[in-house]
Amino acid sequence: MIFITPPLRPLLRIVADNTRIHFMRGRYLGLIFSAIFSTASVILFFYPGLNLGIDFAGGIIMEARTPGPADFPKLRLALAAQGVRESGVQRFGDDSTLAVRLEAQPTEAGTQVMVSKVRAALEEAQPGTRIVRTDAVGASVSAELFQKGMLALGLSLLMILFYIWFRFEWQFAVGAVVTLILDLTKAIGFLALTRFEFDLVMIGALLTILGYSTNDKVVVYDRMRENLRKYKTMPLRELIDLSINETLNRTLGTSMTVFLAALPLALFGGSTLSGFAWVMLFGIVVGTSSSIFIAAPILLFLGEHRLRRDAGSPAKPATKPA
Amino acid sequence: MMYFSRLKTALVLGTCVLGALLCLPNLLPAPASWVPWRSIHLGLDLRGGSYLLLEVDMGAVIHERLDGLADAARQSLRRAGIVRFLVAAQPAQNRITARIDEADKLEAATTALRELAVNNSQGSGSRADIEVATEGDNTITLTLSPVALKQRATAAVQQSIEIVRRRIDETGVVDPQITRQGDSRIVVQLPGIEDPNRVKQLLGKTARMTFRLVAEDVNPAAPVPPPGVDFLSDESMAGGKIAVRRRVDVDGANLTDARAGQNSQTGEWVVNFTFDSVGTRRFADISRANVGHRFAIVLDDKVISAPVLREAITAGRGQISGHFDAKSATELAVLLRAGALPAPLTVVEERSVGPELGADAIRAGALSLAAGFVLVIVYMGVFYGMFGLFANVALLVNLVLLLALLSLFEATLTLPGMAGILLTLGMAVDANILINERIREEVRNGRTPLNAMETGFRRAFATIIDSNATAFLAHVMLFFFGAGPVRGFAVTITLGIVTSLFTATMLARLFMVRWYATNRPQTLPV
Repeated sequence: MIFITPPLRPLLRIVADNTRIHFMRGRYLGLIFSAIFSTASVILFFYPGLNLGIDFAGGIIMEARTPGPADFPKLRLALAAQGVRESGVQRFGDDSTLAVRLEAQPTEAGTQVMVSKVRAALEEAQPGTRIVRTDAVGASVSAELFQKGMLALGLSLLMILFYIWFRFEWQFAVGAVVTLILDLTKAIGFLALTRFEFDLVMIGALLTILGYSTNDKVVVYDRMRENLRKYKTMPLRELIDLSINETLNRTLGTSMTVFLAALPLALFGGSTLSGFAWVMLFGIVVGTSSSIFIAAPILLFLGEHRLRRDAGSPAKPATKPA
Repeated sequence: MMYFSRLKTALVLGTCVLGALLCLPNLLPAPASWVPWRSIHLGLDLRGGSYLLLEVDMGAVIHERLDGLADAARQSLRRAGIVRFLVAAQPAQNRITARIDEADKLEAATTALRELAVNNSQGSGSRADIEVATEGDNTITLTLSPVALKQRATAAVQQSIEIVRRRIDETGVVDPQITRQGDSRIVVQLPGIEDPNRVKQLLGKTARMTFRLVAEDVNPAAPVPPPGVDFLSDESMAGGKIAVRRRVDVDGANLTDARAGQNSQTGEWVVNFTFDSVGTRRFADISRANVGHRFAIVLDDKVISAPVLREAITAGRGQISGHFDAKSATELAVLLRAGALPAPLTVVEERSVGPELGADAIRAGALSLAAGFVLVIVYMGVFYGMFGLFANVALLVNLVLLLALLSLFEATLTLPGMAGILLTLGMAVDANILINERIREEVRNGRTPLNAMETGFRRAFATIIDSNATAFLAHVMLFFFGAGPVRGFAVTITLGIVTSLFTATMLARLFMVRWYATNRPQTLPV
């Protein structure tokens, strides 16, 4: 391999190397804002609540394409004539595409009966209509999927807690997980506010936010741990500020790349993925800011005395981090 | 860390070449049948098709098992000379009870039932899977053990899968996938089928056919049928009831073939069937002994027809007529050929996607993927210069390796899976950012270029591992607890994390080392 090139230097930096922002001065402000947003999110979670997709709520969604523009009154009449109690017949994308929604049916067999009835009604009302998508989830399956989704979220949080605990001191683990839970509540509030459907794919988005947000925290925590060994006498508050500033380009840079990757999905990803991607984008912004404004202050409160307890030994030159 | 032996270099580059080779099956047809040619499968949400989740009715399975056991119990009690007793199934407790009304014969009854429990056990090994106990002073209970129930359930699902496969094969669907899920469910995937109605209809019937004698001496208008007789609805007389003996003379399982055809005289649609040797013999015996009497052909507890036996039928062939049209006759023939389901199946989840919708999804996914890729590459070039370009090449290789792994595992690519690929790419360069920033910092600390690169890699490595490990764990969870397309997302992300660790830390490092060795720069472009 031959790489005879003039060294191409970076054209831009996000922040200058000597940036020294006193983030910890704003620690109360950060926590207060976070508390307000999270509380609002919890309220939104109960009222109006999440817009559960059929993965979790059960029910039927059928998407159909009519040969010409869809004649909604006629279609609705045809559905009613078949005894279908729909909870929405809507235009979906363009004039000749529509979506029919039905709530969960009392029995599993009833769900299948309804699917056939909707199909028959649509084909009869506008001959040539094609059903291009059917999602029908029975009540038992949706309950199970919901349970499993929540289990995946809960177990992931636990595993992150134990992993960080194993790799760092417990204050770090608690700080990370508390921050993650705050991040998660905000993402759920965002979901409730935007009315994006909460389904399995959203659980995927939330887990990605969790994993991603943890990445960010690990970067900052790693530096704090390193600096704790390096500057044995520096007050924790200054040390945390220093660590955040030193890793600022990393925190922002890594967020930026994931943000850029997810942005086209939000814009062009189509109905299935755009909601997912918007939640991701929101989560990235929240996760990045919480690394600085939430995870660090929590660590400051938890570790003010404890993390410094073994600092009594004489200062040694910097040793290499684990 | 900055030293690459020839062997190590060769291994790293070899991996990349191997990755590229493994991607080939996705682009070209197999050159020869002996070449392993594994490619990525498109999920049903991308190629169009139907996904059905079927639930086997375990209640019915247990019910049937208990009914069989109750019948056997009645017989052995009678054989033991006991006349006054009452045997009842209690499905809620997974047991049958036998109330013996002859106090002096309780001992004999217990012995008989114990013997039955041993003989009737279907489990392997010496452990009896039916537990016999006495309750009160005149009742004996026979309880199925949990192990026996589980075995029974497993067998029922296994058998259902086999029957489902046979029935679907009859419909001519190409490449159906039928797999078990959990304890009582079956997943059926039908690529290219956007309207699974026909398949659902075929799977909606257990299609258990039995040949039984009509109880001609019983009035079907009676409020309760006498013991050993069922009142079944007669399809040939709309809504009418017919009294049929409960005893099954010949079972549909003894059929070897069934074909739809037309009666040569009347032109009516019929189903012609052939018995196997056991069925032929039994049917011959029955028909010989009952000439002049009626027998009923019962399908799923409905009498299709109940003709009079005019003569002994010994050839083992027969004909079912009963108001069929071409479609229903063909369907019945298909069901009879495929065999009966051990228990009813219910569709508990259905997802069908038409091919054009799948094509739309592929287009949207591919567009996003391309746009996201370009954005990330431009960002890395602008913010990290030379080393950013190395990261970009590594990123490209990462994509190739990810596709290679997906091909190797013959993974299913879904729409969320495509999103996963994109996010992986966004996260993969994070490792390069961590490394580059660290190198930059070490340079500012006054280290020489080589030393800075060495230290930068070493120190960033722990951070990279820590941050990827947690993301990896989260998505493994998603894989285990998720279902459907979202598992594709978990698969691409977890595999992507693995490949990105390789490309970001090994390949990008190799580039830097080679570049440094060739140029010997005084300062690093960081």
